[in-house]
Amino acid sequence: MIRVRLPEQLRTLAGVGREVELEVEGEVTLRSVVDALESAYPMLRGTVRNPATGRRRPFIRFFVAEEDYSDLGPDKPLPVALTGGGEVLVVVGAIAGG
Amino acid sequence: MSGVRLLVGTRKGAFVLTSDGKRLDWKVEGPLFGGWEVFHAKASPADPNRIFASLSKGWFGQVIQRSDDGGKSWEPVGNDFSYGTGPGNHLWYDGSERPFEFTRIWQFHPSREDPDVVLAGAEDAAIFRSADGGKNWEELTALRASTGSGWQPGAGGLCLHTIVSNPADPAQLRIAISAAGVFGSEDSGETWKPMNRGLNSDYIPDPDAEIGHCVHRIAAHPQRPETLFMQKHWDVMRSDDGGANWREISGDLPSDFGFALGVHAHEPETVYVVPITSDSEHYPPDGRLRVYRSRSGGNEWEPLTRGLPQENCYVNVLRSAMSLDTLDPCGVYFGTTAGQVYASADDGDSWSEIARDLPAVLSVEAQTLP
Repeated sequence: MIRVRLPEQLRTLAGVGREVELEVEGEVTLRSVVDALESAYPMLRGTVRNPATGRRRPFIRFFVAEEDYSDLGPDKPLPVALTGGGEVLVVVGAIAGG
Repeated sequence: MSGVRLLVGTRKGAFVLTSDGKRLDWKVEGPLFGGWEVFHAKASPADPNRIFASLSKGWFGQVIQRSDDGGKSWEPVGNDFSYGTGPGNHLWYDGSERPFEFTRIWQFHPSREDPDVVLAGAEDAAIFRSADGGKNWEELTALRASTGSGWQPGAGGLCLHTIVSNPADPAQLRIAISAAGVFGSEDSGETWKPMNRGLNSDYIPDPDAEIGHCVHRIAAHPQRPETLFMQKHWDVMRSDDGGANWREISGDLPSDFGFALGVHAHEPETVYVVPITSDSEHYPPDGRLRVYRSRSGGNEWEPLTRGLPQENCYVNVLRSAMSLDTLDPCGVYFGTTAGQVYASADDGDSWSEIARDLPAVLSVEAQTLP
């Protein structure tokens, strides 16, 4: 089970709390986690990656244990701490406001 | 007894306002999709309980949601708006080329006959069609192919913000793009041509250019589709030949700059605008919020002020933020950038504030319920 922390706007849209837990098939990569997220919460389809290009949206970043994995590449394995070490994949939206 | 449902899109979510046919007491529900910009929400004339909503946010892109129970519950539908073949680039503000890139849907135009068919106007300007209730979208590429490489955005973006169809001949479409102009199709979007003859915009390099006019809104009476009204950046215009030729009807308006425009449900020659001071002063002249009504198809306008703030009012009324119901007398509604929604149940003669302190209102759609 993979834990994913969502930004506020996506929690509102999906009607969920701060974190969701996802069953991820196969290797745990950014692509497989986002696939699982969009499968479990169809209303989030296209919100963290462009549905046409599959690319991460520019104001979105992915962190695990305070390390930035945004540019890891969609099919590279994410750190094992995510699968066994109790870490969370944090989806971060750029700060807006003053 | 009949009633009215107002679908109000704002900068931070959508609100649903409902009333019975008297339109005196209103129930306000929302926000739906709190925090999301709702550029447009519109119900299908063929199925009043089917509503399409366009949610977007710079961070998270576009999400389309659909309700099949009048707004009680919602489900996501397709949000893949991939551009088809056509010009890869349009012009940027500085005249350089820039790729067409999808940002959001500004306007839905659901079919009058088939609840699964809906057109959608996009930024960057393009028109999409869905035949399965919004699950899949396909661009009608001929519009961009016609002149798209020469389009240049206005300050609000390169948006296709208005779609008008002829009830007697749904294949006849008229659309408006900010800073590009009006375009028409007689064949359901297979082919398009610019329809901007008679427009004169002395703030662009070629004032009577074929394209490049900043059209803010167009509207037509359903029973007289050949007559179109237009609020241009400056100038209120009219066409009596389906958009082939336009003439100015600004007449005695205090300012002919504005965004919103509406046509009375039963009187094809009665039209409403909300004059705004100028293209830099986006508030009403003299701090007085006045709807102007012409009952003669333009040129002679009367201010409608009863119930509207007549001092220290510096709000704007955006292009999609006015709508009319089909009851008799006709109901007229509009929302402001300061979050008020005003309603008139008597053709505009008097107004009441039916919601206040909402987020800035982007769109208002009145739906007359059986």
